[in-house]
Amino acid sequence: MQLDEKLMLQMYRDMVLARTFDKRVEQLHARGLVPGSVFSGIGEEATFVGACRAVSHEDYMVSSHRGYAQDLTKGLDSKLLLAELLGKATGCCGGRAGQYARADASSNNLGVHQVLGDGFSVAVGAALAQKRLNTGRMVLAFFGDGTSNHGTFHESMNLSALWLLPVVWVCDNNLYAMSTRFDKASAVENVADRACAYNMPGVVVDGNDVMAVYQTVSEARQRAVAGKGPSLIECKTYRHRGHSGFDKRRYRPQEEIDAWLKRDPIVRFESVLGERGILDDKLVGEIAGAARECVDEAEEFALSSPAPPPEACLELIYCPSGVN
Amino acid sequence: MSEWGELGMATRTITFREAICEALREEMLRDERVLILGENICDGPHGYGGAFQVTKGLVGDFSDRLLDTPICEQTIVGASAGAAMTGLRPVVELMYEDFITLAMEPLVNVAAKKHYMTGGQYRVPMVVRAACGATGSGPAHSQTWTSWFMHVPGLRVAFPSTPYDAKGLLKTAIRDDNPVVFLEQKKLYDVKGEVPAQEYLVPLGRARVLCPGEDVTVVAIGYMAHLASQVAAGLRERGLSIEVLDPRTLAPLDLDAMVQSVRKTHKAIVVAEDCRTAGPTAEIAAAIGEGAFEYLDAPIVRVGAKDSIIAHNPGMAEYVIPGAAEIEEAVQRVIDWG
Repeated sequence: MQLDEKLMLQMYRDMVLARTFDKRVEQLHARGLVPGSVFSGIGEEATFVGACRAVSHEDYMVSSHRGYAQDLTKGLDSKLLLAELLGKATGCCGGRAGQYARADASSNNLGVHQVLGDGFSVAVGAALAQKRLNTGRMVLAFFGDGTSNHGTFHESMNLSALWLLPVVWVCDNNLYAMSTRFDKASAVENVADRACAYNMPGVVVDGNDVMAVYQTVSEARQRAVAGKGPSLIECKTYRHRGHSGFDKRRYRPQEEIDAWLKRDPIVRFESVLGERGILDDKLVGEIAGAARECVDEAEEFALSSPAPPPEACLELIYCPSGVN
Repeated sequence: MSEWGELGMATRTITFREAICEALREEMLRDERVLILGENICDGPHGYGGAFQVTKGLVGDFSDRLLDTPICEQTIVGASAGAAMTGLRPVVELMYEDFITLAMEPLVNVAAKKHYMTGGQYRVPMVVRAACGATGSGPAHSQTWTSWFMHVPGLRVAFPSTPYDAKGLLKTAIRDDNPVVFLEQKKLYDVKGEVPAQEYLVPLGRARVLCPGEDVTVVAIGYMAHLASQVAAGLRERGLSIEVLDPRTLAPLDLDAMVQSVRKTHKAIVVAEDCRTAGPTAEIAAAIGEGAFEYLDAPIVRVGAKDSIIAHNPGMAEYVIPGAAEIEEAVQRVIDWG
């Protein structure tokens, strides 16, 4: 597959930024500066970055809770994201949403849904609106292997295929729904195997290969915007950390973790780019430095930002009730 | 002459069902972003026109904006939220309000919260119309739930009792940028009333005095407002003057109108078809108690369904639901208090 060098380097930068950001969030959480929990996306950057780069800025995204690569790659400013996670007034949602419900209209990110499965129907609706309004835009919808067992999965897969909606369903199958292994939760081996029940393409892809994810989602996007309907793409990947910041991670065998660490998506992509002569140690250092600088700035911004006044909780419950 | 006729407005007599259909038609013609989704709602040669025939006759240029959906209430409501966030103004028809249990998740955790959680970045202009109330259709096709939605910040709740209000409130609900739960009591679909020929809107959050009175305030919702008006007419012959107040919307709730009325009558009863415990009557009674305590000459009495389940057996089903006799009895209780 031929991808241009610029795009490949961009995706590498995105992955490095996402991991740097994720690690910083872990540190801030450990210091007690992030209210609630955090859901690390470390190890899954190729899936999130590859899919987000395969769609346009105008396309909508329904994001999932895991990690921050989706938000950042779709175009959310790292300062506004980190401030949001810290519950600050300057956050993209004014500190109301945090990990649990963050969204960003400026990058057409419809947000995270804290009750798993809600994102399916929101994506169906957004895709329906794009189709009816003839906008040429599509919806990229992320969900995990755990959420794939939710009843809404069936309703939404069926409706999206029935109405040939412009949506691409991307499942990051990291093998575990919190501690529950996918093979303990699903009667079929692959989420993508279910696609045939909805008369839509189902594809299993190496979720730690950013170029493979990019290519697969790009093709699915073309299909979606051409009016040919949705696709179900399952990216096999692994989360290096626990489910949340509080997870003791006792349920996974060490050999399994070690095997997946050897398939680290960033390390793999570095060697691909190195072999192609696109990336050398100097550039690796530069990109890492730029990511660190970006996250440093975000941290400084977030830490120095004010918290919203508590009484702001009474604002924005309703839109101004002007008649439209 | 009707009150609209007195205002110099040409009127027609139409049913509650027709009033809702007119509102849908007018809003679809006015705004091409308005889309109706539901089960068996399409009309035409292969259509059904809605389980209660509300969308019957919505054919023509805009009929492609009626979408018959599979049976998937959760996704219909959740998808409506997603579509509302991204450019459409969906109206969902839930065949029975009972099915809203399946759709509570996206209604409560997506539609009602999205504007707030995103700091106002996204709006969710959608309406969920749901047919409620007991008409002899079994335990899960007969219920009335109002307070569940009143309990959710971010939702608006409309519950009209007349064709005039049904049309005017639905048009306003469709134009409102917030999610609105619009409850239609099945017993009202055939009720006729005067509706102006020309366009009008009824604002959310404004109660209406159905009949003025001096001795007791009866706050009554939906079909219960009709029963209360009948009771009031009967009691008038016995020299009692009952003021019947229809809240019309439960969120926002026009508390001022209720408090004003109670300051005049000093006695209040509150009537709804929902189960009495923790129903809308509980909230309204408590709010009147807080707002007009010093004016009250008797405890506020709540009238609602008995805290039971609506059985198949007609006698049992009817016994659960409040009727005119219960309303009259409650009025008598507050009169007799002292």
